[in-house]
Amino acid sequence: MARKIGIITFPGSLDDADAARAVRLAGGTPVPLWHADRDLRGVSAVILPGGFSYGDYLRCGAIAAHSPLMAELIPAARAGLPVLGICNGFQILCEAHLLPGALTRNERLRFINREVTIKIENCGTPWTLNLAENEEVTLVLKSGEGAYVADAATIKALESAGRVVARYAGGAPNGSLDSIAGIANEAGNVVGLMPHPEHAVEALTGAGTGGRGFFESIMTAVFTA
Amino acid sequence: MTDTVENARATPAMRQPHAALGLTDEEYERIASHLGRRPTESELAIYSVMWSEHCSYKSSRKYLRQFGEKAPPSAALLAGIGQNAGVVDIGQGYAVTFKIESHNHPSYVEPFQGAATGVGGIVRDILAMGARPVAILDSLRFGPADAPDTRRVLPGVVAGISFYGNCLGLPNIGGELVFDPCYSGNPLVNALCVGVMRHSDLKLAKAKGPGNRVVLFGSPTGPDGIGGASVLASASFGAGSESAKRPNVQVGDPFMEKLLIECCLELYAEGVVVAIGDLGAAGIACATTELAAAGGTGMAVTLDHVPLRDRGLGPAAILMSESQERMMAIAEPASLPRFMEICAKWDVPATVIGEVTSTGTLDITWQGVKVAELPPQTAAEGPLYDRPARRPASQDKLRLDLPHLPAAPGGDQLRADLLALTGSPAAAAKNWVTEQYDRYVRGNTVLAMPHDAGVLRIDEESFLGIAIATDGNGRYCLLDPYAGTQLALSEAYRNVAVTGAVPLAVTNCLNFGSPEDPAVMWQFAESVRGLADACQALGVPVTGGNVSFYNQTGTQAIHPTPVVGVLGVLADVRRRLPSGFAAPGETIMLLGNTRAEFGGSLWTFFCQGHLGGLPPEADLPGEQRLASVLAGSAEAGLLSSAHDLSDGGLAIALAESCLSGNAGCSVVLPGEAFTMLFSESAARAIVSVRTGAESRFADLCADRGVPAVVLGTTGGDELDVSGQFTVPLSELRAVHERTLPELFD
Repeated sequence: MARKIGIITFPGSLDDADAARAVRLAGGTPVPLWHADRDLRGVSAVILPGGFSYGDYLRCGAIAAHSPLMAELIPAARAGLPVLGICNGFQILCEAHLLPGALTRNERLRFINREVTIKIENCGTPWTLNLAENEEVTLVLKSGEGAYVADAATIKALESAGRVVARYAGGAPNGSLDSIAGIANEAGNVVGLMPHPEHAVEALTGAGTGGRGFFESIMTAVFTA
Repeated sequence: MTDTVENARATPAMRQPHAALGLTDEEYERIASHLGRRPTESELAIYSVMWSEHCSYKSSRKYLRQFGEKAPPSAALLAGIGQNAGVVDIGQGYAVTFKIESHNHPSYVEPFQGAATGVGGIVRDILAMGARPVAILDSLRFGPADAPDTRRVLPGVVAGISFYGNCLGLPNIGGELVFDPCYSGNPLVNALCVGVMRHSDLKLAKAKGPGNRVVLFGSPTGPDGIGGASVLASASFGAGSESAKRPNVQVGDPFMEKLLIECCLELYAEGVVVAIGDLGAAGIACATTELAAAGGTGMAVTLDHVPLRDRGLGPAAILMSESQERMMAIAEPASLPRFMEICAKWDVPATVIGEVTSTGTLDITWQGVKVAELPPQTAAEGPLYDRPARRPASQDKLRLDLPHLPAAPGGDQLRADLLALTGSPAAAAKNWVTEQYDRYVRGNTVLAMPHDAGVLRIDEESFLGIAIATDGNGRYCLLDPYAGTQLALSEAYRNVAVTGAVPLAVTNCLNFGSPEDPAVMWQFAESVRGLADACQALGVPVTGGNVSFYNQTGTQAIHPTPVVGVLGVLADVRRRLPSGFAAPGETIMLLGNTRAEFGGSLWTFFCQGHLGGLPPEADLPGEQRLASVLAGSAEAGLLSSAHDLSDGGLAIALAESCLSGNAGCSVVLPGEAFTMLFSESAARAIVSVRTGAESRFADLCADRGVPAVVLGTTGGDELDVSGQFTVPLSELRAVHERTLPELFD
């Protein structure tokens, strides 16, 4: 069977081509999904790529969370479909209440583009299966609103259930609470990640190849069962 | 009451505010003679913006012709000057289009929006050629780094470029950041965009085929920047004028521009576009006259169909509005439904506002009456001036005012100077700026800042790619605008060459003071002549560019600042050379000749506060030979790094290669230490040679006639200059990286 991974393009999505390349390099078949369609096209997992969906108007991800395709995706994700939101995709997942908390302006109120090293803390999700606990991987952080925040009870719940998927090693450059770089939902199938693994899949053009593990993990998770 | 064509015929003596719109009495008379009557209010608006310096190049065209006349034969040029941007063949069926443009005046008035819309404008130029925009570069110049106004302007400009470029999903892969008191009150914000297409996708802005529809699509039209181009970019800043100009700056919406990009690319792919033009300075007035003039046809437009954000706008304001994120296309009636369908898919509002005619005139109606009827060529071409140009008497004094060089300074002094220059705003790390730009998006960025040129992969299978760099040096150009401009081209050419790429074509943004000052006009004439001659000598044609005059406050003009962009091609980007030392134990070699050349140098400027004498000699044959060695050795895999020598000479180049590669080095200077370290002789580079390739590389240099001398070895954690001084990399890095955060955080 075709190893189909869906990648949603919203108006203003920017890293959709990069996510598709990363899926291809991991041996999958990227399937473009259009925000206005109500059709997940039979994919086995979905990636919400980075960008500025709807120009970040209102709040980052707020409008995209209400697009027609999200009305299909939300119940599918609640039923266990693996979903990865990267950067703006993470913001959309929070706005869609598939993940708790929110992403707010960086501490210094400036856009940050730099390589960051994150430490993997939960390799039980379908997106981190092939990674090792405490493994450090270098990805690219590029965002203006990347500081993760949530109320104390939510943070406590995330921490105690091991739902913090990754943390910035050596401290968050953007002011994220507890240096959180990525989280998962309770079931673990929905993951939000602020740094970009799809920009670390080729040594020639990215921050090394440390991001490949996320895409190889999903291939393992959904195609070897 | 609306001023109609009929009314203009009936009231020939009515007085009109042509002077307030920037037209001279003589220009006004010329318009009347073109029309055979006085212009209507709308026609006056059209002519005033089209004949502004910014749109008509009326003072510069006389000189710019040399770029065509002296152009070296080049098989690579698919479209040249006169189109929105030049188009260059890079092989395998790919064409690249690139252009640099200024947004200096708006960026001073409103730094964030001024710079943001500067990016938006140049991206639409590239899009209008049929290409997908794939990267941007920005060349920025400000007053002294510690001046209060620089703290106002710089963060806003950088945030504006970051906001717009990041939101469009275009990697920012290079540029410049320069500080000099001459740019106080006149910052230079030049943005370059590169686009890629297949040869067959080239679009030319010509309205053809009577009956074809004129479609306006993108953002609605509002009262933005009305008269911005004519009034703002064509007049000097003076006391008390700022507040009156503030509302003229446009506001950018990069989200709409991103939709426009994807929408246009789908329109092109579907073959439903006959011709297309972007709406930049002078808005609908410019797009209609230029499309009609280039097509040699007529056009009938009904302004009532233009979607407005402000219902109060009259016909003249609608024509002149510079609302951003708008395009104008010509489409056949049969393909119009598909055209509209694609626009709807991308949520881009699109409206038919008129059609192509065979009348030969541009006919504009509003509320049922004709408000303009003019031959489009007369508006599109504009007057041509031969303004007085005179070498200023002060030029001789400047050239005789030689720098005072220290007599045999000791190692401690050389070390102190190296650290001072490394931490000077000119040479300090630019991370504070570049970390605000997305360099990774689209996944094809092979090199970006702090490397000498940006390198992009164009084809993911064959690894065909391009390199691009921009450079300019106002100090050199003040001392000698002819040589200084040749040095700007030389440096951009060299910056492309050190990546291993073969330079192919040139774009330029010519930033000068007022053309009404004969001394400025002389600088401009010398600069253009220098660039045209050097392009001929180096075999790289100018494909397009932009002129920005009136960069002055009162009578004080900026240094003449031509910014030159060079595009090169790399057959395989995996063979590109980075600027940093890549591996320990490799031989470092210095290529080129070093003479004692300090006029306009960073050392004299920063350590002595002096500017005088002569700039370094431009050595065009030397540049060509150097480029040939670099391309040949990159292809043969002989080198692991290469870095050009420019501001701050060998001293800064060594420091940068150490810091960028995070590797130390030990060198022995092959000559008098001060000159070897800080002279800025052209046509030089340092390279690190792969172990085992030393003799092949030496043979290649000898074969191509490039002087090459062994400097030392890479490795360790210090920059060690034998017999002179040693600096630990940690100390060098701290000095290099702290300057901009201390100034702007």
